[in-house]
Amino acid sequence: MTGSAASTATDGHRVWKFGDDIDTDVLAPGAYMKLGVEGIAPHCLEAVRPEFADQVRPGDVLVAGTNFGIGSSREQAPAALVYLGVRAVIAPSYSGLFFRNAFNLGLLLLTCARAGELADGESVMLDLQALTVTSAAGVLLPCEPIPDFLLDMVAAGGLLNQLRQRMANS
Amino acid sequence: MNNTDSTAPRTLAQKLIARAAGRDHVAVGEIVNCQVDLAMFHDSSGPRRLKPMLEELGATIWDKSKVVLVMDHYVPEQDDESRRIVRIARDWAREQALPHVYDSIGICHVVLPEKGHIRPGMFCVGGDSHSPTGGAFGAYMFGIGATEMVGVVVTGQLWVRVPQTLRMVWRNRLPAGLTAKDMMLHMIGRSGMNGGQYQAVEFCGEAVTALSMQERMTMSNLSAEMGAQTGLIAPDATTQAWLAERGVIVDDVSHWCTDPGANTVDDDFDAATLVPQVAAPHSPANTDGVQAFTDVAVQIAYIGACTGAKLDDLRAAAQVLRGHRIAAGVRLMVAPASQVDQERAEQEGVMAALRDAGAEVFATACGACSGYGGGIPEGVNVIATTARNFKGRMGSATAQVYLASPYTVAASALRGYVSDPREVLP
Repeated sequence: MTGSAASTATDGHRVWKFGDDIDTDVLAPGAYMKLGVEGIAPHCLEAVRPEFADQVRPGDVLVAGTNFGIGSSREQAPAALVYLGVRAVIAPSYSGLFFRNAFNLGLLLLTCARAGELADGESVMLDLQALTVTSAAGVLLPCEPIPDFLLDMVAAGGLLNQLRQRMANS
Repeated sequence: MNNTDSTAPRTLAQKLIARAAGRDHVAVGEIVNCQVDLAMFHDSSGPRRLKPMLEELGATIWDKSKVVLVMDHYVPEQDDESRRIVRIARDWAREQALPHVYDSIGICHVVLPEKGHIRPGMFCVGGDSHSPTGGAFGAYMFGIGATEMVGVVVTGQLWVRVPQTLRMVWRNRLPAGLTAKDMMLHMIGRSGMNGGQYQAVEFCGEAVTALSMQERMTMSNLSAEMGAQTGLIAPDATTQAWLAERGVIVDDVSHWCTDPGANTVDDDFDAATLVPQVAAPHSPANTDGVQAFTDVAVQIAYIGACTGAKLDDLRAAAQVLRGHRIAAGVRLMVAPASQVDQERAEQEGVMAALRDAGAEVFATACGACSGYGGGIPEGVNVIATTARNFKGRMGSATAQVYLASPYTVAASALRGYVSDPREVLP
């Protein structure tokens, strides 16, 4: 792995907990799709938690149920989370299309079968080298492996930054 | 499963990806880089997002002949914002001298094959989640986001993890009044919205082979709602004939199939016993037989979208409505999926039958399906031929949207409540 920035353990990530099947229309509502991400982000997840966009702080993490990000290909869904400073999403499964979009935008998705054990509002530790999440009570939750090139993409801040580097080098 | 032996049986998905990766064989689970044969995007996912990123990178399009732009989401323009978005698309298309631009003539997933851009064996991406529609032609096609599209447009390449193939085997034939939409809602209900696990779904069996090309497109289109990466149907004489009508001649397609004995996970269905399916709010997987919903009154019946307003869908609706009037208090909204389909429907008397029954006809665009254009008031019950009924999807947070086939939507418009089309079909 070349993404050294992605290999440190970080603490103090506050958990925002959501249920199963959080779809892209909840993350980036169609009614605001004409706007840029700065216009969409204030409405991110408002259908299920109206206070979220207002109260989420940089470094917070989303913990969700199965099938996070199902629905549309609109990358404004992960972009809104990045814009709001969400550090990572932790869920047992994702929409495959959302998975690609998230990494392309530099948003880390941790696939964690035991995500449901984490509680809303608690503070967790992430270790991106070991790919683990540690709960406030010290319970260690393993996550599924992520290919190195995707971790590199997150470390670079997304595909666009990688393309920028590639263009600069060529 | 990970067999790379040259004589090992292979799935259709493996064959398609191997070709695009320039390899003899690819193993399930392996990540490979593919050459993209075609990249499609529309006014919403395309220029307004791609142009600034490309300019910032100082990059150019790798091969303009392999790019298709379709204006369908924000047309016809209804306000300043949509005018701005569509203007960006038109200006950029001119500036770049893009050779393949289709402006306001229909929905991208329908226009693309109509104009002969999709052929068996291709590896294609689209800036829209319903891009698996191309799978109906035996092309490996799926949706990607705008940033990933920038990567494709600059490099002409894309990574893919070689998928497992989940085969949906449909025995026997569909009864009258049943469609590919019913088959798909049934499968989505059974598997859930992520049952496809971002693998390749392949539809096969007698009932699938018997489907028209547009019905096959409906199947592949809705594989997005199963969470599959793509939804493939092996091309055959039906595919070749449909393409030939549009000036695309493809020779032998028989090798684009899953070999007997290839490693697949199979699910078995009986088309003969299927009943009309309805998905209740707010998920396409919230599906049951139509009889479970016949107490639901509807105020809006919507026949639209790439999923449900192609010529075959319009014909199905007209079959139910010809010679009748819709119930008092119901609005029947029809937005044909493409101008070509609408013109054919006009010639056949299908549009006249729908209008005489009380239908209002809207532009050949994405319209109310994506909720971009408004049109669905708060608090109503809607029954629609569209693909998604997520909360707020059609632009109204309080609307209750039910999904069904064009037969079922038409029958429900006729009676004013969710109805089994088999009770009203002539």
